[in-house]
Amino acid sequence: MIASITLVLCVLAGILIVIVMRGASSLNLAMITQTPEGGYYLGKGGGIANAIVGSLYLAFGASLLSFLFGLPIAFALQKEYLGRRLARITRLSLDILWGTPSIVYGAFGFIIMVYLGLRASLLGGIITLSLLMLPIMIRSIEEVIRMTPPELKEISYALGTTRIETTLTVVLRQALPGIVTGVLLAFGRGIGDAASILFTAGYTDYIPRSLFDPVASLPLAVFFQVATPIPEVQQRAYASALILLIIVLLISLGSRLLSRRCSKHIVR
Amino acid sequence: MPHISLSNLTIAYGNHKVLQDITVDIPNGQITVIIGPSGCGKTTLLKSLNRLVDLYEEIKVEGEVRIDGVNIYDPKADILALRKKVGFLSQKPYPLPMSIRDNITFGPRIHGMNGKELLGQIQELEKHIPIDSLCPNGRQKETRSRKTHEMAYLVEYYLRLAGLWDEVQERLHDPATQLSIGQQQRLALARALAVEPEVILADEPTSALDPISAQLIEKQFKILKNHYTIVVVTHILRQARRIADYVIFLYLGELVEHGPAEQFFSSPRDERTRAYISGEIS
Repeated sequence: MIASITLVLCVLAGILIVIVMRGASSLNLAMITQTPEGGYYLGKGGGIANAIVGSLYLAFGASLLSFLFGLPIAFALQKEYLGRRLARITRLSLDILWGTPSIVYGAFGFIIMVYLGLRASLLGGIITLSLLMLPIMIRSIEEVIRMTPPELKEISYALGTTRIETTLTVVLRQALPGIVTGVLLAFGRGIGDAASILFTAGYTDYIPRSLFDPVASLPLAVFFQVATPIPEVQQRAYASALILLIIVLLISLGSRLLSRRCSKHIVR
Repeated sequence: MPHISLSNLTIAYGNHKVLQDITVDIPNGQITVIIGPSGCGKTTLLKSLNRLVDLYEEIKVEGEVRIDGVNIYDPKADILALRKKVGFLSQKPYPLPMSIRDNITFGPRIHGMNGKELLGQIQELEKHIPIDSLCPNGRQKETRSRKTHEMAYLVEYYLRLAGLWDEVQERLHDPATQLSIGQQQRLALARALAVEPEVILADEPTSALDPISAQLIEKQFKILKNHYTIVVVTHILRQARRIADYVIFLYLGELVEHGPAEQFFSSPRDERTRAYISGEIS
């Protein structure tokens, strides 16, 4: 047990040390506030504000979209709605989708976009990313919903409520911390994904002004910079990775805080 | 006419019959106690009265349960109205995941009751159980304008009715989960009463409680029985003796004997009842 915890902590520390050592020196204010200037990828001035903002746009947009679809589906997986058999099949499908490599989503999204005549854009990225996030969100939310004590629902039904009323008042409140965690888990997975948005969101040096503009993202910024032969640019790749890591860390801390706040009324 | 009347009620989970051919009338305005050993169908019988058994899979119900003359198992029966009319207390109290106050207002709010209806409901109830009679030690109720604070008045009234007001009046907005388990059971009682049922079903309501909390619940039942029909499941024989007006004895899914408590305990007719009361079987 102690060995496994140590191993996990070592891996985390290793990643952090490498990224901080290589990236910290390039990290400066310009990096997070400016968009790339001409020749940025050859070591000249500018920053990756385009990728930071782009990644946040993509991840927030996709989280919102998958939440809108995911929450009702997670609720519907309760046995009162779908029945055990159908729910089991849905769960299995979701698990397969969860395990599907993100490049497959990227390719799938790209085909659909070509079919619809869309070009790489923020909207395309959001839709593809939300396909990737949906199974994660549904399954993690649904696990918490399933943990609602059946007696609690029984109490609510006994007061003369319908199943929708019980779901929206009692089950929703009881599962709220888990829902928050589920959303942010999917957010964390989405913001770090490169493959699904490679074809669908594109890449640009500008901050998008509309849903139909192409958009940059941090994982791709890391990818493009680390692939250059110029050492300064490679260092910036690590700095970009560090920024991505900090965002994920903040989100994860925020989710813990939020979920703790929501669990005030939870029945254990 | 009795409020609740069961005829030839048979309930099976899959192929396993839990209750067989139960025919009995449950008297109005009294505490009816269902006793019997564990696993003899007491809880199933209780939950069949507000159709909570519907929540179990593969359940089959035959026969009739009439409440106010209406067969509740009729396909056209209104289950929501039934459950409003028949309140329920579970074995282990579960507060709803909200504040103490919201636990009480949950039912009325979900049923969309407006201020006038709420006020009417309490005034009607107050004719039978005046709020002053619920204030211990001569403490008078706080003066609240009833017209403007119907919900607040409702909360106070039902918490008093459940004997909990004095303990929680300062912390109505705290999470209900912070209450002790005994207080949670009285909160559950107040919550059930707030939808203004006519019948209260209680499934071993004191089995998870300490003796003092259990006593409080029993005391509240005795106050409430004048206005509600109460059906309590218990396997504690001494509790049955303390609170029962009418007793139903189930053994292995069969209705062995039923009758007024005094007669039931002093001169049981069936051999099995005698054996159960004397402790030979349990």
